[in-house]
Amino acid sequence: MPQSNTQKLDHKGLEEMARQIRRDIIKMLLISESGHSGGPLGVADIFSSMYFNVLRHDPKNHNWPERDYFFLSAGHLAPVWYATLARAGYFPIQELTTLRKINTRLQGHPAPAYTHGLPGVEIASGSLGQGMSIAVGCAIGLRLDKKPNRVYVLHGDGELDEGQIWEGMMTASHYGLDNLIAIVDRNFCQIDNRTDKVMQLEPLSDKWRSFGWNVLECDGHKIPDFLDAIGKAKEHMGKPSVVIAKTFMGRGVSFMEDDYRWHGVPPNLEQAKKALSELNPTEFGDFIEFDWEKELVTAK
Amino acid sequence: MSLIQSKGEKATRQGFSDALMELGKENPDVVVLGGDVSGSVKVDAFAKAYPDRFFSVGVAEADMMGIAAGLALVGKIPIASAYGEFAAGRPFDQIRQSIAYSEMPVKICASHSGITVGPDGATHQSLEDMALMRVLPHMTVISPCDYLETKRAVKASLGITKGPVYMRYFRDNTPMFTDESTPFEIGKANTLAEGKDATVIAAGLQVWEAVQAAEELLKEKISVRVLNMHTIKPLDKQAILKAAKETGAIVTAEDHQIHCGLGSAVAEYLAQSMPTPQEFVAVNDTFGESGNGKDLMKKYGIDKDAIISAVKRVLKRKK
Ligand SMILES: Cc1ncc(C[n+]2csc(CCOP(=O)(O)OP(=O)(O)O)c2C)c(N)n1
Repeated sequence: MPQSNTQKLDHKGLEEMARQIRRDIIKMLLISESGHSGGPLGVADIFSSMYFNVLRHDPKNHNWPERDYFFLSAGHLAPVWYATLARAGYFPIQELTTLRKINTRLQGHPAPAYTHGLPGVEIASGSLGQGMSIAVGCAIGLRLDKKPNRVYVLHGDGELDEGQIWEGMMTASHYGLDNLIAIVDRNFCQIDNRTDKVMQLEPLSDKWRSFGWNVLECDGHKIPDFLDAIGKAKEHMGKPSVVIAKTFMGRGVSFMEDDYRWHGVPPNLEQAKKALSELNPTEFGDFIEFDWEKELVTAK
Repeated sequence: MSLIQSKGEKATRQGFSDALMELGKENPDVVVLGGDVSGSVKVDAFAKAYPDRFFSVGVAEADMMGIAAGLALVGKIPIASAYGEFAAGRPFDQIRQSIAYSEMPVKICASHSGITVGPDGATHQSLEDMALMRVLPHMTVISPCDYLETKRAVKASLGITKGPVYMRYFRDNTPMFTDESTPFEIGKANTLAEGKDATVIAAGLQVWEAVQAAEELLKEKISVRVLNMHTIKPLDKQAILKAAKETGAIVTAEDHQIHCGLGSAVAEYLAQSMPTPQEFVAVNDTFGESGNGKDLMKKYGIDKDAIISAVKRVLKRKK
């Protein structure tokens, strides 16, 4: 089986990368002055693990036929995806300064390479609840061709309110798609409030199980725990698997952590400074340095 | 000299919110459905003031439309709130069968419409919603032009007791230029400026752009009538026919796809009654992108300047 064309990082490297991705997210959002902070920060450990350990992929050849497919159904998490893709080498890291600006490839919600989007983005998302169906179609197609590629789809927990996801879940188990792995970002937060206030999801694991899925729960911030769950999911035959990863919205930034009000807003200058002071620099280095003294972001 | 003054800026969605607060007080049957975007579509104030009549249905717009139909069936006045794309596009078939075909008096209130929703990008820019809603029998489609007109339109929509209403308005703060003395009646266009050379028929944010365009054109001695066509369906045919007869040239302007929106509605009517040269100011059969609202209006050709060029083009075609 052809291997991934990126080098894999060990646990420590993945943690470093996750922290770097968090720094990148803060800087991107400070420049864009618009976009989602909380969700992206919460899944940085998952994205680091996926792109620097789990996925078979080739950043220099994003249409590599042997690649695993990754779908971000919760498209508003775009900042974490863009930072990760840039870090993995899909596009020049300097482009992270263009998030949400006119004429950018870094659209507010992901757009695929053949419109005006980015390499690494397979299909558009942003309107919630559509990724499961796409992943099911992709997994069925790959199985028809007897191909070993795996399909991953990441959902927000609030996103699970959308009925289409449950339709797709039924189809996935109906066809026994064991080449499909779903990941749920279980941060208990959405826009209006905590998930149990907006729409009760519990007992969530039981629901997935009753829909015919192999269910794995893990701590989405403990990288070995997450990798272990993915490993078990890959081994499970005859059923699709879901990894329900318990996370905290805004992870890594004390004043954002576990607070749904950070769902969709960017940090201001003061908040960004404070956030970065809590996220130590890493060996990978920032994509941009700011002239904080002048209270002026050089990239603007 | 200026045709019309604007007095500050406020968001049209705030007009919706303020109308809801009044309706909550005036009418105990008014109930509001929220889909996890309560703050941005501004139903949060109603939810706080009338918690017994606000229902969070989660991020589930198709479900929301069905629930609204059920509430209407038992005599409630349901207000379904969402972003334009997720209010019209996502649950289209639910609206078609359970609400429009079944003639349920549901008010579908769509904030964040058009390209000016901005940085969120194409997935969130509903440029097709007027087309989708206009094509449905029994549906009334309203696109108010500023804060106060939105507020008045929401309140007036309760007068429509048979069949649903779709109302689209916007995210950004925009100029306020109507007041309580400005005529407003659903289905009746409002003449904001008189003129004899051409008529700009506009809806939503393009009404203000049209007023400004008319002002600039006046300096070049081109006199333009500006019609605020806040109701896309039913269309004020009389006003359109009068404009065609008296000015002989039409420009339509909207924050929507060029196909099947206001421009098409006007053209469909004029083709049958009095074929007239017409230019379309609208997004030209393309999806939008991220950027700020004003930059996007410019890039996608739906601002004042685009209206000015369209007027000049249509005058060349005028017989
Ligand atoms: C169809 C649709 N409806 C509504 C929205 C607006 N919206 C964007 S994110 C979101 C909440 C999603 O919650 P969750 O999946 O838990 O993401 P998190 O808050 O954890 O980032 C909503 C309602 C949307 N993008 N698509």
